[in-house]
Amino acid sequence: MVSPAVAVLLIWMIVPLAMTIWFSFQQYNLLYPDRTGFAGIENYYYFITDFRFQPAIWNTLRLVLGVLAITTIGGILLALLLDQPFWGQGIVRLLVLAPFFVMPTVSALVWQNMFMDPVNGLFAHIAKAFGGDGYDFLGQSPLMSIIIMVAWQWLPFATLILLTALQSLDREQIEAAEMDGASVWSRFIYIILPHMTRAITVVILIQTIFILSVYAEILVTTNGGPGTASLNLPFLVYLASIVDNDVGMGAAGGVIAIILANIVAFFLMRAIGKNLEH
Amino acid sequence: MPRRISNSQKTMTTVAAWTIGVLIFFPILWIFILSFKAEGDAIGTPLHVISSAWTFDAYGEVQGRSDYFKHFWNSVVLSLGSTLIGLAIAIPAAWSMAFVPGKRTKDLLMWMLSTKMMPAAGVLVPIYLIFRDLGLLDTRIGLVAILTLVNLPIIVWMLYTYFKEIPGEILEAARMDGASLRSEILYVLTPMAIPGIASTMLLNIILAWNEAFWTLRLTAASAAPLTAFIASYSSPEGLFYAKLSAASVMAIAPILIMGWFSQKQLVRGLTFGAVK
Repeated sequence: MVSPAVAVLLIWMIVPLAMTIWFSFQQYNLLYPDRTGFAGIENYYYFITDFRFQPAIWNTLRLVLGVLAITTIGGILLALLLDQPFWGQGIVRLLVLAPFFVMPTVSALVWQNMFMDPVNGLFAHIAKAFGGDGYDFLGQSPLMSIIIMVAWQWLPFATLILLTALQSLDREQIEAAEMDGASVWSRFIYIILPHMTRAITVVILIQTIFILSVYAEILVTTNGGPGTASLNLPFLVYLASIVDNDVGMGAAGGVIAIILANIVAFFLMRAIGKNLEH
Repeated sequence: MPRRISNSQKTMTTVAAWTIGVLIFFPILWIFILSFKAEGDAIGTPLHVISSAWTFDAYGEVQGRSDYFKHFWNSVVLSLGSTLIGLAIAIPAAWSMAFVPGKRTKDLLMWMLSTKMMPAAGVLVPIYLIFRDLGLLDTRIGLVAILTLVNLPIIVWMLYTYFKEIPGEILEAARMDGASLRSEILYVLTPMAIPGIASTMLLNIILAWNEAFWTLRLTAASAAPLTAFIASYSSPEGLFYAKLSAASVMAIAPILIMGWFSQKQLVRGLTFGAVK
């Protein structure tokens, strides 16, 4: 009964993967259909030495680290806050969770136009009210703007997971520590944080997997620009293969993206695999 | 003994939590407000936006600009279709792995999970070419297939963690009472499995609805779901804040409501059972 699921996933994994690897060693440019044949490592060479490659790698890392920093630290603080007793807990949880369900294209366009637009955006209106000028977020700091958009979508995820982990913490342990005179800080460091370590690991790894492949937000806002300022690896693969029609080079970029994701996946799988033991 | 919390402390937490909650939710609230404004008012200062007249015009114009409900329907077909096919494939698999685990079950589950780690950009080239050659570009059937495959590992995993929680003893008890295999499945297991299947379905519809790599790359006009339709506002003509807001509100409202109902399952589904 497992076989249908295994079969389709096997095909889904092996066929495109094999084709990507195959194409990455072929001369295959839709603009020059007569140039074919084995290309050796030429595609990889051209992809890596492309002037857009280095910025793309750095932007990919900055994007991942930027979003992770905001969502993980913000998520821990928010989870700690929402775990306290207060009026309207259920409603606030719903409010905090909401951005996670907003589709990436909506989130990106709403932030770009209604908030970050230098003329009509809400931030510009607020700046003008204080005698300032509208700031061109996507023109001046495109990557930072995209980090804000993506972090807004993923902060709810981190908060929810960490809150769930926090709520499974044994209350009596905290109370015992409190009675023994442990300060808020040492309670956090010695009891709460160790309890949340696994959840934090999972949050970081899962988000990394998703944020490594951020694409829609860039497509609808900056298209990777200005210049290469907000270009990341998936977007460069798209530019090379679909826009520049160089299938071979795009495939080589795809292989590099797969290798990068697999390094993260390796650690994620270990963290999740441990859970199956018991 | 519950911890005693002073009222002033609780009030402070309440103020802090509500402030942050409203701030995080604010962009959604704001487009909700903008969607009921005239285009000329929607670009005004926040005070002007709040005080200007309310209107339903934007919702009508969204439909007029291009066939909104066609794209909405595409989203429904894609997310429901891929979820139902996914469930049909995953239920037998998860079922047998949970109730008749073999030596390889764990490896199999981990391997399925690993297929989810493959970045879409890595296989964009072959999928695009296969779709082009088979005439599947911009068809709903092609996208349903891709979305099914993309989310199948999550469906199997979620179902597996739910099925795993159904106690095996209950089957023995039923068998002692003389239940046949058929009635065992029909009257004992199915009712216990339905809540898990329902939550899996809900979460998967949400994920498929919001998927924004394949839907953007593999569709053009006819099969485009809302993700792709909204993306067309990235090169707008004239004033468009109210229209974009109205289109966005309609695109996210159904999923937001479903998401709120599925928040507990979300944790389990998206962490592959690692956090419950």
